[in-house]
Amino acid sequence: MDAQHDDTGKAARPVLEAPDIARVLTRIAHEIVERAKGADDVVLLGIPTRGVFLARRLAEKLQEITGRKTPVGSLDITMYRDDLRMRPARALARTDIPGEGIEGSLVVLVDDVLFSGRTIRAALDALGDIGRPRAVQLAVLVDRGHRELPIRADYVGKNLPTSLRETVKVQLAEEDGRDAVLLGVKQATPADTQ
Amino acid sequence: MSKIIIRGARILGGEPGDVLIDGETIAEVGTGIEAEGATVIEAEGQILLPGLVDLHTHLREPGREDSETVLTGTKAAAVGGFTAVHAMANTFPVADTAGVVEQVWRLGKESGYCDVQPVGAVTVGLEGKQLAELGAMHDSAAGVKVFSDDGKCVDDAVIMRRALEYVKAFDGVVAQHAQEPRLTEGAQMNEGIVSAELGLGGWPAVAEESIIARDVLLAAHVGSRVHICHLSTAGSVEIVRWAKSKGWNVTAEVTPHHLLLTDELVRTYNPVYKVNPPLRTEADVLALREALADGTIDCVATDHAPHPHEDKDCEWAAAAMGMVGLETALSVVQQTMVDTGLIDWAGVADRMSFRPAAIGRLEGHGRPVSAGEPANLTLVDPAYRGAVDPAGFASRSRNTPYEGRELPGRVTHTFLRGRATVVDGKLA
Amino acid sequence: MKRHLISAADLTRDDAVLILDTAEEMARVADRPIKKLPTLRGRTVVNLFFEDSTRTRISFEAAAKRLSADVINFSAKGSSVSKGESLKDTALTLEAMGADAVVIRHGASGAPYRLATSGWIDGAVVNAGDGTHEHPTQALLDAFTMRRRLVGADTGLGRDLDGRRITIVGDILHSRVARSNVHLLTTLGAHVTLVAPPTLVPVGVEKWPCDVSYSLDDVLAKSDAVMMLRVQRERMNAAYFPTEREYSRRYGLDGERMAKMPEHAIVMHPGPMVRGMEITAEVADSDRCTVVEQVANGVSIRMAVLYLLLGGSDTALSAAPARTEENK
Repeated sequence: MDAQHDDTGKAARPVLEAPDIARVLTRIAHEIVERAKGADDVVLLGIPTRGVFLARRLAEKLQEITGRKTPVGSLDITMYRDDLRMRPARALARTDIPGEGIEGSLVVLVDDVLFSGRTIRAALDALGDIGRPRAVQLAVLVDRGHRELPIRADYVGKNLPTSLRETVKVQLAEEDGRDAVLLGVKQATPADTQ
Repeated sequence: MSKIIIRGARILGGEPGDVLIDGETIAEVGTGIEAEGATVIEAEGQILLPGLVDLHTHLREPGREDSETVLTGTKAAAVGGFTAVHAMANTFPVADTAGVVEQVWRLGKESGYCDVQPVGAVTVGLEGKQLAELGAMHDSAAGVKVFSDDGKCVDDAVIMRRALEYVKAFDGVVAQHAQEPRLTEGAQMNEGIVSAELGLGGWPAVAEESIIARDVLLAAHVGSRVHICHLSTAGSVEIVRWAKSKGWNVTAEVTPHHLLLTDELVRTYNPVYKVNPPLRTEADVLALREALADGTIDCVATDHAPHPHEDKDCEWAAAAMGMVGLETALSVVQQTMVDTGLIDWAGVADRMSFRPAAIGRLEGHGRPVSAGEPANLTLVDPAYRGAVDPAGFASRSRNTPYEGRELPGRVTHTFLRGRATVVDGKLA
Repeated sequence: MKRHLISAADLTRDDAVLILDTAEEMARVADRPIKKLPTLRGRTVVNLFFEDSTRTRISFEAAAKRLSADVINFSAKGSSVSKGESLKDTALTLEAMGADAVVIRHGASGAPYRLATSGWIDGAVVNAGDGTHEHPTQALLDAFTMRRRLVGADTGLGRDLDGRRITIVGDILHSRVARSNVHLLTTLGAHVTLVAPPTLVPVGVEKWPCDVSYSLDDVLAKSDAVMMLRVQRERMNAAYFPTEREYSRRYGLDGERMAKMPEHAIVMHPGPMVRGMEITAEVADSDRCTVVEQVANGVSIRMAVLYLLLGGSDTALSAAPARTEENK
């Protein structure tokens, strides 16, 4: 099936292409260095699946800027979700905390899309069970609005005002074979029309 | 005296004819029979059989009236087309004295739905150690001719030999429940592929076959007759076939459920399939059908074993063994033996009436449908098809393995000495 | 059926791998300062034990508690059950208490199946060992231990036990562990050989998807894992074998026999071990023996099973028809 015609419905429109994504990640990396004053205590934790790839890319960019290796890991939030009982039990993804740990460090959570904020709420809970960072920040590729919790991102690749009828899909080469952010329209499901 | 004409039924499955019942006896068999004031039952398409006789029924009274009484059990028998049943001895107290067998016999007389012939225990308390007063039970009003410790095996070879010898004095028969006790300790189901998988204690075929082999040899040795209860394996068939080929006086019965069901059903762990002897394999089922068809197995006996709901509504190991069978026996036989072409309706009359009555030396039952005979008759509609609904049972218990299963045929009328006990499929 | 875990035979290869993968993530939680997850908060798990088995019960209890479930331990000993209350009435009581899952250990084969299918309760049923039938979570933790040791904890993710040769030795006839392992290991692509005296092999074993050998020495060199089963001394009294000495001479695992195994091969035991009977102290205490690991892995596996059965609106094991309908 054509990637542009999957669950995002008909005629999903790219709003970011590969070069745009590379550019915004570079910008975010610079912002992190600037705000974290050199970023020597930064730990990047990506939220699976695509947040992990973005975190790794950011880590490379940070290394280009600072010349140091930035610890990068993953934080699976599945078992902390507040909507577990609304869907069948999900397979777990890997939580991988860098060997240095997160105690006293500046954790930057990385995710692809910021929407309701519930994922980040779960991530904060998960983080609390692992250690006590000095501070926690959030970097996202796209902020599409419609927050349901008092949560905001510290670093945003692109603010994308959307309606709830629209879908935002991030594709990354590591998982999807190409880089893109697609904006589509939700297909009416039989349940919706009843 | 009331007169009844059964018109147009196929007698023993043969040509359609009329039967005139006058009082307690069959007055006339022919065609175009007319009689003034007679009730006429139009029975075209139906089969007229001699009243069925069950050699193996558990009526539970005295002692377990929560599962069945003589009254409810005989009602169930009538619904199933039976006019006589043999009530097994494993009651509480055990039917091992003249007093108990006479009590059961009397309760049967009072019920009026079906004749009840008590079976006497072979040994005191079914313990297998000391012979019960077989002569006294025979001499009692109950006139016991069949003796059995059914539910338990007379496993002591000497006791079995003595019992076989002793009953010769009054032409009795010992009906053996063939189950070698040591080989069946903790046994829960047929030992084989399914038991291995389910982890249920295995009940090997050899536990049945070894006792049958011993007993046919004993019977031959002492010149007595032995009857094998609820034979269930292909190997048992071979042994009985061999014994009969020697001319020894051996008879055997098979239950309807062993003609139809296999141990695959145990995979549900539903105790409704727990029974003694256990359900066996497909190969055993086919061998039993063939043996019943060729006469190696003499008759069908229900082993009607009522149990209260709670004794089946539990885990397998805790459940009681047994199935009710009186009300479904004929349908199962029709499905497994008649509809498959193995026997005809005359064969059914033989296996379910003539032969069991002969083995039990029962008078007035298992007689031909002809003038002058007692009017013990069963009318069957073989075209009927319906799902088994235990809620409609006349039996007090509901532990049938056939719930919801579609079975062919239905008893429409049963006559006990000229009196209709069942009319249009319902108790009269 | 997949709302429950009754038999290892009910698990597809993908189900089994999903459970093992999930257990791998659960195992990592044990390394954290806070070993608790909020996942099953507000859910009630009842441990319904009709047989004494402290090990299995505390393993399930630890698993449920690490997932924040409320745990009720219901031991049949000294309770109304020993006074004649039926399984049904016990089940109805648990149902009234709002049990989301019932972990049942019962001496009667099929009791968990009855509990799950009789309509007595709505909750998920997890078989924690029934009679001589099955013990699926034991088989899962065994497979988990094998995958970690023989394939690798990380490299094993998403993988099965393809081509591994597993030998199970001992009282196969009375072993629920053996039955579950034969199903599960075969599903996972392993090749299973059962070793026992002929008296302790069930009639009907020829239909099992495994080989049977009466000689331990013949198969040791061809085994990647050797699982020793407990042999109860009482079996001797029922003439399953003549004496303890003869049994351990022919079927016990000692140092000399262990030396015949390939270097990478492991020795397993579901516990409790009868030292000096089926296994010598030398073997039991060696590095190759995974008994203690198996216990630790048991908690991870049971967490995985409880999560996959209770962690959503529906089980994650093999799409039930109702679920695909919903997803359309």
